[in-house]
Amino acid sequence: MNGALAVTPVLIPLAAAAVQVLLGIRLRRLRTGLSFLSCLALVAVAAMLMMSASAPGGEGATLVYSLGNWPARFAIVLVVDRLSALMLLLTAVLALAVLPYALGRWQRMGPHFQPLVQLLLVGYNGAFLTGDLFNLFVFFEVLLAASYGLALHGSGARRVGAGLHYIAINLTASMLFLIGVGLIFGVTGTLNMAVLAHLIPGLTGTPRALMHGGAALLGLAFLIKAAVWPVGFWLPRTYSAAIPPVAALFAAMTKLGIYVILRLSLLLFGADAGAASAHFGSEWLLWLGIITLVAGSIGMLGARDLGKLAAYCVLVSSGTLLGAVALHSPAVTAGALAYLVISVLGIAAFFLLAGLVAPREAHDGAARLEPYDPAIDALFAAEDERRVTSPAPVVILAACFLACGLLLAGLPPLSGFIAKFALLAPMLVEHGMGATLLFALTIAAGLCTVIAMARAGIQIFWADEDREFPRVEPGEMVSVVALLGICLVLTFVVAAPWNYLAATARQIHAPGHYIHAVTGQATEARP
Amino acid sequence: MEAVLAIAIGALAGSGVWLLLRPRTFQVIIGLTLISYAVNLFIFSIGGLRVGADPVLAGGATDLSRYADPLPQALVLTAIVIGFATTALFLVVLLTSRGLAGNDHVDGEDGTP
Repeated sequence: MNGALAVTPVLIPLAAAAVQVLLGIRLRRLRTGLSFLSCLALVAVAAMLMMSASAPGGEGATLVYSLGNWPARFAIVLVVDRLSALMLLLTAVLALAVLPYALGRWQRMGPHFQPLVQLLLVGYNGAFLTGDLFNLFVFFEVLLAASYGLALHGSGARRVGAGLHYIAINLTASMLFLIGVGLIFGVTGTLNMAVLAHLIPGLTGTPRALMHGGAALLGLAFLIKAAVWPVGFWLPRTYSAAIPPVAALFAAMTKLGIYVILRLSLLLFGADAGAASAHFGSEWLLWLGIITLVAGSIGMLGARDLGKLAAYCVLVSSGTLLGAVALHSPAVTAGALAYLVISVLGIAAFFLLAGLVAPREAHDGAARLEPYDPAIDALFAAEDERRVTSPAPVVILAACFLACGLLLAGLPPLSGFIAKFALLAPMLVEHGMGATLLFALTIAAGLCTVIAMARAGIQIFWADEDREFPRVEPGEMVSVVALLGICLVLTFVVAAPWNYLAATARQIHAPGHYIHAVTGQATEARP
Repeated sequence: MEAVLAIAIGALAGSGVWLLLRPRTFQVIIGLTLISYAVNLFIFSIGGLRVGADPVLAGGATDLSRYADPLPQALVLTAIVIGFATTALFLVVLLTSRGLAGNDHVDGEDGTP
């Protein structure tokens, strides 16, 4: 397989965004068409990369592309292994599914929605592909710059206020990132992840301590992106203030933080990293994940509007994933990847739905829930026991809401249950209090999700008979149904995806292959 | 020279953190700028400090210890450009927030319009 294919997921959306900006805002249809073309191409390329990454054995398994053909120690490398290909495909599918939603009223709220989405994809794809830490920083900044624009899309005091906090905290996180990168470069003289993994077992004394300090600062920056407990308070406000399609696209952003932590903790501080460095920080990650899970569950129970409820679902899934990653077990990681895929799709669908049931004039927020007041409660009054007829679109919305609830809570029969089972079952054989606690709390969080979703569903679809549902545009319905449809298909087509995920987990737990692919390539390229 | 640089970085970062925690948006942006200066100086210094050393190899050079490490310089240039762009963007958001909220508090409300 040609290595240059690895760079196309960055180039396609970049070119699309450049052309879209040049086209100006008059040619809206052409811009939209370009966006669709770009997303379709991305899905195709990601699928091709995935097939090449899962080709059995040999050199084809991990694709390395060194830009400019410099040796890996100095050069910028792009690496496609199973995990990168999975994340690429997930974001491409998410973007393609969310695009129709924005076609109507949402993209008209500001001039540059489509190019910003394409730039967001550049950031995502670059960050998933890159093989060195500094480029990770660069692509994170590209992603964040686009996300600032998208978070502010539609303007309004609430969005600008939330955007201000979001930008400030992310700029601070970027500074921490740079300090960490600086420390690591100062100690090792390289920022290539594979070369670093090669060098870490040989470090001793002060260099090792500095390396750990740098890695901890890097980790803190990623934990901020993943919205983990003490540094995650920015998330609910920002996500619930953003317009629904943007919030849906952001659903993958916290998972980018998780992805980097998963990749770096296994690559740099895996079992081969020497006694002092092996599993560095995983205790912290486990407990932070557990606390995030609890904080997210409490937030979910207290959420007063659907946007906030969805945002706290993001926190819950972040916490679960972080805790699972910290257990350093291939079986748990495979389950965590399944959970990651389903939770990204489910949460994105939930954000989109929250936008659909909001009253149309309330541009400034998602559906608000009524406060529960038993004194004037007519919920169970006798005169209410008549047959309520709901128009067909409302029935479809309610069915989608039910499907979202089942997916996010991890209840049978949908794929959310399969993912959660795959995550929890191997956790039982793990030793230690943390694993047991994580197991129990993940189940408890599922219960909290059921309670919160059932309460929200009853208030929106059953209790409030006077609620005016806005007219649903076809594109909006297409997006929601597409996202939920993918989850539905994954309920029946389980074997092939599961085998892929299990192989992915095995591959990232044995980073020797990755290191060899990158550094071996480099020696070949040296003149 | 190391001590001077370390004190400069520390002073910049310390003042930056203090300003970042202040309630006015202008203080926050100045704080972020100071922190980014500190971080840029820090990255610049990780290659080792040398006076008058050339980062680009002259023809036939064999003694690499007489040259400065060019990579941190490339890194710091990238970081400066990115920091500059994001600060400019933050400035725009700050002005919009000032216009919409009517005051320059970071939460948009402080009782003193």
